[in-house]
Amino acid sequence: MEVSRHWRLRQQRYSLVGEMCPHCQVKIFPPRDVCPDCGQEARTAYAFSGRGEVYSFTTVHTPPAGYEETAPYTVALVRLAEGPMVTAQLTDLGDQSVEIGMPVEMVTRRLRSDGERGMLVYGYKFRPLLAA
Amino acid sequence: MTAGAISDPDQAVVVAGVGITPVGEHWDVSLRQLALRATERAQQDAGGLQPQALYVGNMYAPALSGQTHLGVLIADFIGQRGIEALSFEAAGASGGVAFRQGYLALLSGQVDCVLVVGVEKVTDRTGPLVDAAIAMSVDADFEAVQGMTPAAQAALLMRRYLLESGAPEAALAPFSLQAHQNAVTNPNAFYRRAITLTDYLQAGPVAPPVGLLDAAPMADGAAALVLTRAGLLPRTADRPSVVVAGSAVATAPVALHDQPDPLAMPAGSLSFQRALAQAGATPDDLDLFELHDLFSIQAALSLEAAGLAPRGQAWHLAGEGAFGRGGSLPIVTFGGSKARGDAGGATGVYQLAELTLQLQGRAGENQVPGARVGAAQCIGGAGATAATHVLSRMES
Repeated sequence: MEVSRHWRLRQQRYSLVGEMCPHCQVKIFPPRDVCPDCGQEARTAYAFSGRGEVYSFTTVHTPPAGYEETAPYTVALVRLAEGPMVTAQLTDLGDQSVEIGMPVEMVTRRLRSDGERGMLVYGYKFRPLLAA
Repeated sequence: MTAGAISDPDQAVVVAGVGITPVGEHWDVSLRQLALRATERAQQDAGGLQPQALYVGNMYAPALSGQTHLGVLIADFIGQRGIEALSFEAAGASGGVAFRQGYLALLSGQVDCVLVVGVEKVTDRTGPLVDAAIAMSVDADFEAVQGMTPAAQAALLMRRYLLESGAPEAALAPFSLQAHQNAVTNPNAFYRRAITLTDYLQAGPVAPPVGLLDAAPMADGAAALVLTRAGLLPRTADRPSVVVAGSAVATAPVALHDQPDPLAMPAGSLSFQRALAQAGATPDDLDLFELHDLFSIQAALSLEAAGLAPRGQAWHLAGEGAFGRGGSLPIVTFGGSKARGDAGGATGVYQLAELTLQLQGRAGENQVPGARVGAAQCIGGAGATAATHVLSRMES
C-alpha cells in the first residue's frame, strides 16, 4: 500500500512545493535539500506557480502495472516558469494536439489506482493553460 | 596506447576467456542455469584458470525472479562454492559495472582471477508486470508515479532531438537497420534477420516517436568473462591477449527532469573521456565502439556524448554508413541490443565479450578487419550511469 510513502510527498504532489537555495537563489523541484548548482544546503521551502511549458512529450501505449486503466496516456517534461523541469502527465487535452512549447498549468488528478481495495494516489498533472 | 598506465606489463588486467550464450526466450532454462552455460564456456575458453571471485551483473532478478543474493546463488550452482561472490546492480549498466569491479579487484592484488557474469531471466513473466519491473530504473517518487517508463524517457529525448537537430522523422532508422544487418551472421542474436526502411516505418508505436523498431527486444541471456593479470595467463594461449587499457564509470541524475541538458548525456561523455585518457588513446585510435542501443536515440546520444559525432549529427553520419562494419567507426558489430537482443544487466558483459572476440580476430563473419583497439559502453537508465571500457590487443 505504501501509505506513508505517498503521504510524505503530499506537499509536492498537491501543492508543487520545492525549495529555493538561500545561497544562489536557484529554484529546486523536486526538493533535494542540497543545491544541485552550488552544492550548499538548500532547505528553504518554495511554492511554484504551477505554470510552465512543454519541453517534450510522448504517449505511453504499453503501461506498467497500475496504469492500465488510463492508457494510452500522455506524459511530458514540463519546464516550470521558475526554471526547473518536472515529469508529469498531460490531462484535459480534449481534441487539442500537444506541441513542444505549449503553455500548461498544474491541476490535481488521480495518478494511479492499485485495484478495488488498494489506494488511489493523487498528484499533479498539467493541462493546457486556460485563457485568463 | 598503454595498459592503463601500468608500467609492468605482467600486472595489466587481461581477458583470459569468453563465454557467450544466445539471447532469446529460453523457456526451459532458469536464471542459474543460464549463468552456468555462460561461465562454463568462459572457463573452458580460459584454459582452466581458477576464479577466486565471482561478480554478477544483473538488474531484474529481484523483480522478475523474486531472487536476491545472486552472487552466492550462482557461485554455488556453477561449482565454485566458497569463493567471494557479489552481485552489482546499476540498471542497464550493471554488466559494465560488474566488469569494472573485477578489474579493480585484480589491480588491488588481492585477487588473481575473477569470473564476471552478466545474466538475466526475464521471460518468466509477461505484460504490465514486466513493464513495471522495467520502470523500476526510473525515479519512483517523481517519474514512475506519473506512469513514466524507460521507453517514454527515450521518446522524450527522441522528440526533442529531432526538433533540435532538424532531423526528419525517420532520421534514426539507419541505427536499427545497421544493427539488424550485423546480427544476421551472429549465431547468438535474438533477431537474425535484416529489416528494411519500410519495416521500420510501418512498425507500431511504443511511445511516439519511438516505434517498435527503435526499441531493443528484452530477452533472457548470459555472457561471462574470465579476467586475470597478464603474468598469470597460461603460457599455452595461442591467441593475442586482450588488455583492459581503460575503465571508467560516471553518473548523472536518474530522473530526466533533473538533468540540465538531457540530450548531452554527461555521464556517457565523462566515462568515455576518462577511459580513453587512462588508455592513452584518442577517438581516432578506436577501431570499433560497442555502444548501448537500447533505443535508437541512445545510439545517437552516445556517439555525440563521446564526441564521435557533432551534436545533432550522428543520425546524418549513420545514414552515410559511417558506423557500419565497413565504415569509419563500426558500432554494435554483433547486432547490439537492438538485434542481438537486450538482456538487461547482462548487456555490458555481452559487449565486452564481443569486443574481445573482435580484438582477437575470433569474430568470424562479424570480424572488423584488423581491429586492435575498441571501446564498449553500457548505459543505465536515461544516461544516468555510464560504464566505458577500452580494450586493446597486446602485441607480443
